[in-house]
Amino acid sequence: MKILTGNDLKTGAVTWWDGVQWSLHVEDAVDVGEHADTILAREQAARRVNAAYAIDAIKDEAGVRPAHIKDRIRALGPTVRPDLTLKPADPAAGDWVI
Amino acid sequence: MYKYDTYDQAMVDARVEEFRDQVRRRLEGHITEDQFKPLRLMNGLYLQLHAYMLRVAIPYGTLSSAQMRMLGDIADKYDRGYGHFTTRQNIQYNWIKLEDAPDILADLASVEMHAIQTSGNCIRNTTSDQYAGAAADEVVDPRPYAELIRQWSTFHPEFSFLPRKFKMAVIASDIDRAAMKLHDIGIQIVKNEAGEIGAAFYVGGGMGRTPMIAPCINPFVPIDQFITYSEACLRVYNRHGRRDNKYKARIKILVHELGKDEYTRQVEEEFAHLLTQNIEPPLAELERIKAMFADPPFETGLSDELDRSDPDFALWVDNNCLAHKQPGYIAATISLKPVGGIPGDATGEQIRLMGDLAKQYSFDELRVTHAQNIVLPHVKKADLYALWQVLDANGLGTANLDLVGDIIACPGLDYCSLANARSIPVAQKISQRLAGQAQQIGELKLKISGCINACGHHHAGHIGILGVDKKGVENYQLLLGGCEGADTSLGQITGPGFDEDGIVDAVEKATSFYLSQRQDGERFLDTYRRIGMPAFKEAIYG
Repeated sequence: MKILTGNDLKTGAVTWWDGVQWSLHVEDAVDVGEHADTILAREQAARRVNAAYAIDAIKDEAGVRPAHIKDRIRALGPTVRPDLTLKPADPAAGDWVI
Repeated sequence: MYKYDTYDQAMVDARVEEFRDQVRRRLEGHITEDQFKPLRLMNGLYLQLHAYMLRVAIPYGTLSSAQMRMLGDIADKYDRGYGHFTTRQNIQYNWIKLEDAPDILADLASVEMHAIQTSGNCIRNTTSDQYAGAAADEVVDPRPYAELIRQWSTFHPEFSFLPRKFKMAVIASDIDRAAMKLHDIGIQIVKNEAGEIGAAFYVGGGMGRTPMIAPCINPFVPIDQFITYSEACLRVYNRHGRRDNKYKARIKILVHELGKDEYTRQVEEEFAHLLTQNIEPPLAELERIKAMFADPPFETGLSDELDRSDPDFALWVDNNCLAHKQPGYIAATISLKPVGGIPGDATGEQIRLMGDLAKQYSFDELRVTHAQNIVLPHVKKADLYALWQVLDANGLGTANLDLVGDIIACPGLDYCSLANARSIPVAQKISQRLAGQAQQIGELKLKISGCINACGHHHAGHIGILGVDKKGVENYQLLLGGCEGADTSLGQITGPGFDEDGIVDAVEKATSFYLSQRQDGERFLDTYRRIGMPAFKEAIYG
């Protein structure tokens, strides 16, 4: 699947396109198929996202998983600071990245 | 240390307001990201993996207590409670909001700091010896010369859009503690036989994808001409540096392709021309700056004795302290490398504490080292035990300077958008694995980069590690034999790479082999140089 990711213009937070708006959670990401360029142009022009791009991902029963480790780290947070990730209570969250 | 004059302060204040307006226009949609990006980068604001990252300049690594406290306050007020000290003696904040950036720059300006020229193809923050003004082996304090370079290079209109970024380092002793020969220009302040001060110029060094050691192109430029000579070096580079290929745009490529002799000839020709233009700042300005770097009011007649009855303290003194030029004083390095910690990170509370300790024990002065540690340069020996007790109680008393746990590591793929692999977890695992053997192993400089850009200085590590992307999986190359001192050398790759756990095993095999082979007094690097790569390779892969 193709999903879209970028950063919030004001805060810089990593965001994912959920079909309606930009979510902080990668599990909300939806397949944009062939519409990536159209959505990116519209959303960036409206300053709802910054520096956005399309990536490959897979979806299974565990959720949406970006294909590349860099985007998995973006999705979770720094693996060396579990307290600063989106899942601070899950000590094994970093395993998902690897 | 240097104090801003009205011109410095006015320039920095004006820049804050200019950037505030640029941020407002971006947030209101008056300019696009393409238009805004070069403006924010000129103010040190990057967009990294998780958020905006602000890189703050620390000129030649020197800070006052008030400046250090402000860095801690910024960590708590605008970031997530910590900062990361870098291999270029700067500090980075990883979780900055764009809308906060102008206020942060205003806070920095209130303590004579900024983030100008911490990005872009310009002359970056000039680095120096962290023991400047304290070391017994220096010819002079190199920092006034670095400060003059700062003033000359800041907003220099001719050098704001160079072919590529440009890094300078200034030292003033034969022992190179600033990796001077691995900079675009390395300057060693020297004294000739007549007792005159001058500058030896080393040009065309660097790490990155094409590491090179800078050759000396002029062993003695009179000190009242060294800015003019720097200008000549930059002019030749600006004229002929490759702008068609980002990967061949650094001055090291130009010097290599032209050859040292031809590059030098062109510099000397330009220098002769520039001497007729009278561009050198008046010596009175250098004298004005030097006056601000006068020695602090050291007490005299102090004892050099230390009570070493506490073995942990004695170990810290032996590992982390350097003899001072002034009897009764010592330069103390605060390691930001606790076992299993993140190299270079410090909490806002720790940063403020170090600032307070500098005020109490080190004449209000601190230094950031390119090895990502902090130095209190002028500590009275009689105060050292009390200082260490406070440091130790706050997680800052690790006794591992220049040992295997004192690892330089770039932020890597945990934070950096350019990285191919994570650096920090590898550093943490090695630090933990070898913590019990660190004293036995002795001096071993281990450096890790998460990509070929080499921010972690892996080429210059006695043991270097380079993270690469191998079909979407992190992989780590091992290098041996690098060194950044007076005998600078570049590390050589041992062979096939390793996964994250494999690289830790490989480092342990290399250190174990060293211990089995070393002769009296040999450091890891000495043993490697004596017996060579094939023997180490056999030990690691055999």
